[in-house]
Amino acid sequence: MGLRTFIESWPVYRQLTGDDPLGRGSASYSRTTKTLVPRTVTAEKVVKSICPYCAVGCGQNVYVQDGQVTQVEGDPDSPVSRGRLCPKGAATKQLVTGSGRQTRVLYRRPHGTDWEELDLDTAMDVIADRVLESRRAGWQDEVDGARTNRTLGFAHLGGATLDNEENYLIKKLFTAMGAVQIENQARI
Amino acid sequence: MAKAFLGSPVLRVGLDEALRGDTDPATLSGHADHPPRMGFFTDTSVCIGCKACEVACKEWNAIPEDGLTLTGMSYDNSVGLGADTWRHVAFIEQRKPLAGQVAGVHHEPTGQLVGSGTPPEQATVTPTTPAGDGGEPGDLRWLMSSDVCKHCTHAACLDVCPTGSLVRTEFGTVIVQEDVCNGCGYCIPACPYGVIDQREGDGRAWKCTLCYDRLSVGAEPACAKACPTDSIQFGVLDELRERADRRVRQLHEEGLPDARLYGHDPDDGVGGDGAFFLLLDAPEVYGLPPDPVVSTRDLPDMWKHVGLAALSLAGMVVGALFGRRS
Amino acid sequence: MPGLGTSFGRGGATTYQQDLQNSDCIVIEGSNMAECHPVGFQWVMEAKARGATVIHVDPRYTRTSALADIHVPLRAGTDIAFLGGIINHVLQNEAYFREYLVTYTNAPDVLREDYQDTEDLDGVFSGLDREGRSYTPSSWQYEGAQVQAASGQRDQQYSERLSRHSRGETTGSGGPVGGEPKPQRDETLQHPRCVFQVLTRHYARYTPEMVEQVCGIPRDLFLRVCQELEENSGRDRTSEFVYAVGWTQHTVGVQYIRAAAVLQLLLGNVGRPGGGIMALRGHASIQGSTDIPTLFNLLPGYLPMPYAHADEDLDAFVEGERADKGYWTEMRAYTVSLLKAWYGPAATPENDFCFGHLPRLTGSHSNYETIHAQLDGVCKGYFLMGENPVVGNANATLQRLGMANLDWLVVRDFSLVESATWWKESPEIESGELRTEDIGTEVFFLPAAAHTEKDGSFTNTQRMLQWHHQAVEPPGDARSDLWFLFHLGRIVREKLAGSLNPRDRAVLDLTWDYPTKGALAEPEAEAVLAEINGFDGEGRPLASYEQLEDDGSTACGCWIYCGVYADGVNQADRRKPAEEQDWIANEWGWAWPANRRILYNRASADPDGKPWSERKALVWWDDESASWTGHDIPDFDRHVSPWHRPPEDATGAEALSGVDPFVMQSDGKGWLFVPAGLTDGPLPTHYEPQDSPFDNLLYGQQRNPVRQLMPPREHNRYHPSGSAPGADVFPFALTTYRLTEHHTAGGMSRWVPYLSELQPEMFCEVSPELARLRGLEHMGWATVVTARGAIEARVLVTDRMTPMTVQGRTLHQVGLPYHWGGNGLVRGDAANELTHQSLDPNVHIMETKALSCDIRPGRRPRGAARNELVREYRVRAGITEKTGTEI
Repeated sequence: MGLRTFIESWPVYRQLTGDDPLGRGSASYSRTTKTLVPRTVTAEKVVKSICPYCAVGCGQNVYVQDGQVTQVEGDPDSPVSRGRLCPKGAATKQLVTGSGRQTRVLYRRPHGTDWEELDLDTAMDVIADRVLESRRAGWQDEVDGARTNRTLGFAHLGGATLDNEENYLIKKLFTAMGAVQIENQARI
Repeated sequence: MAKAFLGSPVLRVGLDEALRGDTDPATLSGHADHPPRMGFFTDTSVCIGCKACEVACKEWNAIPEDGLTLTGMSYDNSVGLGADTWRHVAFIEQRKPLAGQVAGVHHEPTGQLVGSGTPPEQATVTPTTPAGDGGEPGDLRWLMSSDVCKHCTHAACLDVCPTGSLVRTEFGTVIVQEDVCNGCGYCIPACPYGVIDQREGDGRAWKCTLCYDRLSVGAEPACAKACPTDSIQFGVLDELRERADRRVRQLHEEGLPDARLYGHDPDDGVGGDGAFFLLLDAPEVYGLPPDPVVSTRDLPDMWKHVGLAALSLAGMVVGALFGRRS
Repeated sequence: MPGLGTSFGRGGATTYQQDLQNSDCIVIEGSNMAECHPVGFQWVMEAKARGATVIHVDPRYTRTSALADIHVPLRAGTDIAFLGGIINHVLQNEAYFREYLVTYTNAPDVLREDYQDTEDLDGVFSGLDREGRSYTPSSWQYEGAQVQAASGQRDQQYSERLSRHSRGETTGSGGPVGGEPKPQRDETLQHPRCVFQVLTRHYARYTPEMVEQVCGIPRDLFLRVCQELEENSGRDRTSEFVYAVGWTQHTVGVQYIRAAAVLQLLLGNVGRPGGGIMALRGHASIQGSTDIPTLFNLLPGYLPMPYAHADEDLDAFVEGERADKGYWTEMRAYTVSLLKAWYGPAATPENDFCFGHLPRLTGSHSNYETIHAQLDGVCKGYFLMGENPVVGNANATLQRLGMANLDWLVVRDFSLVESATWWKESPEIESGELRTEDIGTEVFFLPAAAHTEKDGSFTNTQRMLQWHHQAVEPPGDARSDLWFLFHLGRIVREKLAGSLNPRDRAVLDLTWDYPTKGALAEPEAEAVLAEINGFDGEGRPLASYEQLEDDGSTACGCWIYCGVYADGVNQADRRKPAEEQDWIANEWGWAWPANRRILYNRASADPDGKPWSERKALVWWDDESASWTGHDIPDFDRHVSPWHRPPEDATGAEALSGVDPFVMQSDGKGWLFVPAGLTDGPLPTHYEPQDSPFDNLLYGQQRNPVRQLMPPREHNRYHPSGSAPGADVFPFALTTYRLTEHHTAGGMSRWVPYLSELQPEMFCEVSPELARLRGLEHMGWATVVTARGAIEARVLVTDRMTPMTVQGRTLHQVGLPYHWGGNGLVRGDAANELTHQSLDPNVHIMETKALSCDIRPGRRPRGAARNELVREYRVRAGITEKTGTEI
């Protein structure tokens, strides 16, 4: 910072030389105040989204900077919500970026007293084995003489904040594997 | 060091002038070609108490969580405005009818009702107002109101701020500049509404900025944008005042004679608020001072002395620096 | 939602949220809309600003009540008595919309002679099998005809078929009408056996005095509601009902919604602007998760899952299910197209399109049966995806004990919810009932991606699909459920590759070649959507379900969503700003069916096709173009004129006449009386909740005789009710609910500081009178006890809870939000420690909105002493495994 710049940035100098002799406004603006730009403007992209909480289906705009969500607010274009959000919708950024999220796979072995770490690929492979084993153990070709072609060995309970596409794959895969105990929050 | 040094020599003089009559605070604060004065009109008659304003404000301004304590004050667990709560929704349960509303409840008459200021641990029930008045057995209304910094026309916090951290923006709003504030705390007792507050572990003063950064690009403040029922309305203050006048007349016609505007009068003790309210009962019921007066009304003489001293000091410094250069 | 499905033809909200602004009177009942759907509530406020009357009927005075014109407190669990009272008032005062009623509903249809009503049988209908606890509904039919159930819920007939164990029933109670005479209609409504007269007799005892005694609603207040509804219905005005789980979570929940449907049909409010029934659902895609169901008894698009029958093939399945009139006649095309979507080239006409691949049902396999299958050691593995049943589902103890009996458990969520950690910390660990070291369950916690980290569609509460785009990559090991399912399927298929075991054929035949993207190999959600939409033999996207064929030439993963990817364009991602559209806004997202926003909107016009009034115009017949036109997309064949009458032998959609607005119903009419499709009766009837402090004043029959009870277990005992000995041990009514500041079982709010600080602790709400009676102190602690559990909560004493007078005595109600559990930033006992498992027989939803309880001052005992307290209550109330299980 040069001396002149330094002096010119000094509020009292601006106060004495500018339109704000009382020093109540522009003369007292700090560098931050003068250069303030909201992060909704500097975001590198704005992604169209929908609130994940209740079924009102409010439109959301998700602002992204450097691969991080920096702001989530209502989408004024939505005919349902007109840009508004409730406290939960307004807390979406904290939901998706907050420290409350668990981001690593955890494993509890039978009779174990605490969590252990497990890598995702191993977990997927072990889970596939477990499903196939339970499927086999609970298989029923028929019940009371009628063909059932199913397993009662494993079950699924899903929340209702899943996407349609996710529900579709749940139903498609587990039905093909013979599971019938496929349920979700819609009943709960 | 630089912050304190740069911040300190601001001269707050001429308050007498600024305090008289209807004023244009932005012009008085050196914003020559400024936009119209912007503000909030919070119409509490349509507030649903959802607290979206509180959360939207916190998300936008990255305000810390403010304590995880159940208060017992109806559904209000934020308690009041502070360094870490810039929008606060008050909940008031009253044994009073809301014009035309059938509340449907039926309670035994009781003298045990306690007022809204009663500490919950001493209250036998959720504090209701008015205290003592048992009301009719079927009377009940639940008032909700989102409070915020009033952005006073005559802002005492700004008057007393020795660092120039508190400033009047071109929108006529009052903001704290976090890179300037040195945590002296003078502003805290100065506020007639008890709004501005020091943050624990930080020391600096914080309050609503009316989302100054958003305003600068034509966006509305986060709370107003989120508000599901448009209880919080943001706009040109003059237009908001007209809208509020119409709304209060409408409510009077609908049989709500207690409906009133608060902070809307430029002749009140703070020269009118940039953020004003439509209330359904007396301000005290909502925890608002009935007749707020800018606390610096009697201060200017004192501050003139301080100011002049500072001015001469500053002048010497400036003169010395520039004199040498020229 | 069979309450809506059987009444109107589709199991979804008949209207959409923005249309609330057009209403003249809005009754919010079984919903706390301002708190649970605040942003949707803006449309109620719009209506109010335009002069509409807003009525909130709820046991508690809530934030919704605070903004309503009228709050009607009612005893939890008595809504049918209240709605039945209004129905009776409308009938007695001839306040119904006669022309609408006569033309658009089944009011004139004449019933069989052997139908017996609750009037004749003291609270039950003809056909009750007391041993089997089920109805044989054949006597509920129209004279000379049999009708098919509506969409949305058709599984009951299979249950019936199953329960009767006969083989000739493939055209059973809801069998096709083929060849049989049409129901006799008496449009004078005078025939003693016509639906209108039966309805009138059925509700005659639901008098204002009875409503007062049963519901605790003062007579004047009740009559005020009747007056508001009647004055705000008719040609020029419309009223709308809004409900949520306050209506569904009961042992007679479906009939709650049916009662509103009957009333709305009587008043002529369905299919019209500002009318209808708005179902408010609590999760972003809960409508979607029944449309594309992760439900045991449904296939996508409300096609029924097949039940086990000897030799049943695709033809027999379809024949047993489809209706001969209306759009369900194309069921074979929908089913074959689904099988083609799943099994691709493997599905051929020769192999019945792999229909045999589908597993078969033998009864209910709802989540509650699954818990018992876990307890019995049958079900050994469990996937929980975004679900926290030990907080959110009835009887938390049984939920945990079931999981403690598993071999393995996979939990996919954002945070370590209680359902992932019960083996470390839970009431059973605390009491010593379970020991961590003894629990053999292997637990996998897999972090889930958020909606900002994946593409996909949600179907909101108004049947509208909206696309959300991925904004960022998920952190760490977090993955979308789409990723998890796709890769699990891929690995399973690799492990089964080459298997000759017939049971593995279905897995290996699956079409499972979705393209993936990025470093994480995330499947393309849009490719899945394209499959859901469907395509023809050349792979071209279909535009409408009317293009679906039953010969295998089309594939479609969910027929009601056909059109969402029309022209290869993601229609769910349409985002034309609201300001650039009219109020219908049908260029935003995509709604099923066929992007129609107000269903059955043919009924917005009179029989001649003219709007009932200018004020309420929506769609109408345009003579010039000889077609239906208007603001919304007509929910009707555009070219069928109002005067069209089909030939006697017409089938399918062609059998519908120009005055049949309910196009999915086999007769095109709105059903006041439901002759088929519901397990617990053709007309809504008041029964007391499973646990109730009161006797049923209306009938000798105390509870829904066919409610679904779980097998007896010590942790799921029911209470004595009414005048039964021991009922006074649990003298208060209890209801559970949500708060604005939290989300359901808390997985998406109790770990979020900005939400947690707003409602930081479990509490209960009681009136000052109850506080005095039981010595409860504001902000002190209370212990709430049922035969299932005991929980503690901080006490909020508030005037918003009102005592009421029911059957001559004072009733107090206790309110319990159910968001909290032992984990997260803010904690508390879960209300569902107290609830029991007894279910609505149609939809297997548990009764958590109305039960009985005791409340006492102070904190609950710790450890084993807590169980001891509950046991002591059970002993004092004389509870055995038989208690409350009487039919």
